[in-house]
Amino acid sequence: MTPMVEAREVCKSFGPTRVLRGVDLVVQPAEVNCVIGPSGSGKSTLLRCINHLETIDTGRLWVDGELMGYRESGEKLYKLHDAELGRQRRDIGMVFQRFNLFPHRTALENVMEAPVVVRGEKKTTAREQAAELLERVGLSDRAHIYPNQLSGGQQQRVAIARALAMKPRLMLFDEPTSALDPELVGEVLDVMRGLAQDGMTMVVVTHEMGFAREVGDSLVFMDDGRIVESGTPFEVLTNPREARTQIFLSKVL
Amino acid sequence: MTEPTIGQRTSRTEPRDAVPVRHPGRWVAIAVLAVLAAMLVNTVLTNENFRWDVVGEYLLSEPVLNGLKNTLLLTVLSMVIGIAGGIGLAVMRLSPNPVLSSVAALYIWVFRGTPLIAQLLFWNFLSALYPFVSLGVPFGPEFVVFDTNQLINQFAACLLGLGLNEAAYMSEIVRGGIQSVDHGQTEAAGALGMTRTQTLRRVVLPQAMRVIIPPTGNETISMLKTTSLVVVIGYFELLTSVQRIYSTNFQTIPLLIVAAAWYLALTSILSVGQVFVERRFGRGVASGPPGPSLFQMPSFLAQRSSEGTR
Repeated sequence: MTPMVEAREVCKSFGPTRVLRGVDLVVQPAEVNCVIGPSGSGKSTLLRCINHLETIDTGRLWVDGELMGYRESGEKLYKLHDAELGRQRRDIGMVFQRFNLFPHRTALENVMEAPVVVRGEKKTTAREQAAELLERVGLSDRAHIYPNQLSGGQQQRVAIARALAMKPRLMLFDEPTSALDPELVGEVLDVMRGLAQDGMTMVVVTHEMGFAREVGDSLVFMDDGRIVESGTPFEVLTNPREARTQIFLSKVL
Repeated sequence: MTEPTIGQRTSRTEPRDAVPVRHPGRWVAIAVLAVLAAMLVNTVLTNENFRWDVVGEYLLSEPVLNGLKNTLLLTVLSMVIGIAGGIGLAVMRLSPNPVLSSVAALYIWVFRGTPLIAQLLFWNFLSALYPFVSLGVPFGPEFVVFDTNQLINQFAACLLGLGLNEAAYMSEIVRGGIQSVDHGQTEAAGALGMTRTQTLRRVVLPQAMRVIIPPTGNETISMLKTTSLVVVIGYFELLTSVQRIYSTNFQTIPLLIVAAAWYLALTSILSVGQVFVERRFGRGVASGPPGPSLFQMPSFLAQRSSEGTR
């Protein structure tokens, strides 16, 4: 079976700072993979490399068997054209820490935007589908509200619906609950739990250890640009082998 | 209406039995302004040198209306060229391609750095530099040859001068707008599979408009009056028309009042238009009116445009 995500020896530097120092990661279809680690450990960068929001310096990264952002021919890599990269990305949904909803469009229009613009769907079809998705995240009654009048939790649920509208094969979550008030975290995690139960492949960068333990199929702990430890959430969280994992977990649990 | 400059918004939230803070200074200021206003109205009405009869006579006269027509035509067309060119230049300026970016920078440098009058004269006297303009293969055969003086008449020279100059200024306004949009918006659009062009058109520009519109309103109102510079190449518009009239009948002040009245009327229309455009592009952004003012929009207009934002 082709892994949904496969990273081999991925390295990435921002100027002199080495953010990723040779990361290997494999995520199988329908697997929920949680990435934890201290801030600055490179977990968000790794996630952003998966859909090529960041380019990688060395190594290879495949999504569903396709090399992301490049075409390999012989020994050489050719950068993909803007439109080809767009075609790869439309199958990968992404949810950001700061939601990044389009503020000039209502909740419904946010969800409709990509199917209409990117896939060229008819507006009527897209509107029906968007309404269904908003219902799925429990926001039917907020369809015609602009993002600035929604709570953080509601905005993030709209953002999840917007990503789902492209019918992605893979969902990336970049600390989806970190910008939320504590009492709003639950509603977002509920939606994500539902997605996992429906068999969506997910890579989740998170600080929610409870969610990782309950929903995650696998968990990796990153520190200083490397994956230090990986395994099932139960193994890593209750019985960490590496000293750095133990120190980190003793601070956050 | 004891204190007309205080908006109703604040008074509504205060408990009814609170004694408002006294502002004796404001009352003195209002009294002084009232006296000055009365003096102004009195002199404008009683000083016969204003010659309001002459103003009335020329306000709708044919030469004035012809000039007005040219002013409007030049303003609208120059701004269309300026805005379209400005968007193009701003996109070039922000392009990752160093050649495109440098060419845009060079254009902006030249057109902002030289006087508009010189540019108008340059386009008018282009034939001195190039008597003929031809279409053909560069360094190769020519297919069609035009006489420059016929190709670029006075009107075209005006449009080139005003429009190309405006494009340089507009491009900086548009660039500022584009750069004001949060980078997360571009990332979100990219993650959904949009191309750079789709992102610019559907996500970035609509949000940049909010920042672009106020200075563009400035530019349009300024252009309205800048068009009077076309007199240097012998073309005419509103101000030139009234100058021609008062140079023969010596009623300088009344005719300048005629021109000023028209400019004020057009500026008012543009300002109201700007309010509507701003509301259209302000959707989803919480911002009230700029501040309390005596000059409020008629309530039925305000009503309709705020419904449009829902």
